[in-house]
Amino acid sequence: MNKMLKKWFPIFLIPTLVAFFIGFIVPFFMGLYLSFCEYATIESPDFVGFANYARIFTADSQFWYSLGFTALFTAVSVVVINVAAFAVALGLTRNIRGTNLFRTVFFMPNLIGGIVLGYIWKMIINYGVLIPLFGKDLSYSSTYGFWGLVVVLAWQQIGYMMIIYISGLQSVPEEVTEAAKIDGAGRWQTLRRVILPMVMPSVTICTFLSLTNSFKLFDQNLALTDGKPGRLTEMLALCIRNTYGTTPKSHGTAQAMAVIFFIIVAVIALLQLRSTRSKEVQQ
Amino acid sequence: MKKMLSWICLTALVCTLLSGCARTQTAGSVYYLNFKPEQDDEWKALAETYTQETGVKVTVVTAASGDYEDTLSAEIVKSNAPTLFQVNGPVGLASWKDYCYDLSGTEVYSHLTDEDFALKEDGKVLGIAYVLETYGIIYNKTILDRYFALEGAKITSLDQVNNFASFKTLVEDIQSRKEELGIKGAFTSAGMDASSDWRFKTHLANLPIYYEYEERDISSTAEIQGDYLDEYRQIWDLYLNNATCAPSEIGVKTGDEAAGEFNNGEAVFYQNGTWAWDTTMEEKIGAENVGMLPIYIGADGEEDQGLCTGSENYWCVNKNASEADIQATLDFLNWVVSGETGTKALAEDMGFIIPFEDAIASSNPLSRIAEEMLDSGLDPVSWNFATIPNENWKNEVGAALLAYAQGGQTDALWEDVRSAFVDGWKREYDATH
Repeated sequence: MNKMLKKWFPIFLIPTLVAFFIGFIVPFFMGLYLSFCEYATIESPDFVGFANYARIFTADSQFWYSLGFTALFTAVSVVVINVAAFAVALGLTRNIRGTNLFRTVFFMPNLIGGIVLGYIWKMIINYGVLIPLFGKDLSYSSTYGFWGLVVVLAWQQIGYMMIIYISGLQSVPEEVTEAAKIDGAGRWQTLRRVILPMVMPSVTICTFLSLTNSFKLFDQNLALTDGKPGRLTEMLALCIRNTYGTTPKSHGTAQAMAVIFFIIVAVIALLQLRSTRSKEVQQ
Repeated sequence: MKKMLSWICLTALVCTLLSGCARTQTAGSVYYLNFKPEQDDEWKALAETYTQETGVKVTVVTAASGDYEDTLSAEIVKSNAPTLFQVNGPVGLASWKDYCYDLSGTEVYSHLTDEDFALKEDGKVLGIAYVLETYGIIYNKTILDRYFALEGAKITSLDQVNNFASFKTLVEDIQSRKEELGIKGAFTSAGMDASSDWRFKTHLANLPIYYEYEERDISSTAEIQGDYLDEYRQIWDLYLNNATCAPSEIGVKTGDEAAGEFNNGEAVFYQNGTWAWDTTMEEKIGAENVGMLPIYIGADGEEDQGLCTGSENYWCVNKNASEADIQATLDFLNWVVSGETGTKALAEDMGFIIPFEDAIASSNPLSRIAEEMLDSGLDPVSWNFATIPNENWKNEVGAALLAYAQGGQTDALWEDVRSAFVDGWKREYDATH
């Protein structure tokens, strides 16, 4: 069997590798090169060195505002999503009636695409909440837009994270919780000292996913606020897209932003992964 | 045996992968990357007719609305690149001039009625406008006549309206008597949803830009002064305060809502252009009941001002296409703008006014009104919004206009509009040039 695998693996692997190379590796390095160029089309870039990066770092640029906004949004939504998802998961692992139905219902928002979701929530928030209560809409203030985004992303992601937490909670052996109970641990203590360390792998995955999802958020941002008012609710991905514009110079600037964006996301994700990994316990 | 089979599989796989890249070489064909989704079917039909008549293959691909630049950037680097594409004016040309074939000696160019309709750079003709569009304030004649017949109407005929002051009197009087007229407001909602905000952050903004350019005798600038922003404010106030909805509500109003209000006779005035004519307007209002007024903002000498006429659709021929393809494209264009079938399709099926000698009358009544107004000797307002640095400028101005409307139209908020207009212009110009 092993010999067979060794002999034949290229046939199965090569198509995937080729696709990965064409679809990921090549564009990545082309993009990296283009961030040092001004270009109308990718076939005729003019090399300009670090001019694009210099523009981002010196100019009072939208990029830094968007970075701050995105960071704040990420911090808030990671907490909201994970706390809520964990709570729902706890609730739905207690053998109450209709558990399966509830799990399905909570998971369903995840099946709707971000753009559709953004537009639907825009209607709900505008016509259902803001206009009747304040006579204003989402485009009035960036605070509305910020919390609108948090609500939409939370609504979409909680169900998904819940499923991961449920699988984590179900793998906690009953003997351990029972032992804790016999030793006189209260419910809160059991949760903090016994259950939480044991579901740490799920916490790792969930925080990692929600962190990168929030940081890279694009569709919901585009559909819900489109950066309004002005560019005050423009998150990084949307900022890059809006900077791209139509001229060679703006193309280059946006491309450089995209590279910085990539580095930030990679660094945050790695750091986060490392710090949570260290808290995981072996069962 | 097994080995052979797997080799066959592998070869088959590689072949399928490679065949996608194979170059199809046909002598002299046309590939038109069309900008206007609303005319997609008409272009395809016209292309088919041409193929039947001449045997030359014409492919028409239409980019999704708002995605033209992206589609073009992707398509133009392919081996089968568009031979015919379009730019929106000087700003668009700046990105694409390296791809534009010099059209100066061509037959299509010789058919243009006025060489102002060509985009030129360094003595080369790089783009040719193929459709003229016009915008202004579209009005509903039926309701207007009903108002003129009212007792004590302050204005009794449109002949009395030739500047901002008289127009304001008319609008405000209509607004104050909206119940008698059975309407919801003089103007349709000035919606600032993305489907409608371009009417104000781009088209209405063109007027202060136009008057400033006239005054400074320039055709584009790196720094705008905003000399006519007070006038911009006047007209924006007029739109906001005399509409079918409260100024604070415009953030969610869409383009369709404004069109609906106009078509249902809920409002008299509707700022939009010749492209707004559609079957709904035809059925509900009718060709004989629509008219168009110039947008008066209160500038000196605006009594002679006409509608805003211009083009943001310029044909460019891809310089990098093969010689046979370029020739085929030029022949096709020539056939479209000078032949009977082509001009008929442009005027009647697509409703365009085309700036070529052989043009025939458009089927669109708004276009006909625009044409009459041009002939009557009023000065058309040119489309200077093509010189706006980029979309971000428009978005910032739009946001400031909206905040101004929602925040009670205060002086402080207007200063934000001024800042977005003047400072934003310089910032975005520097970011793109």
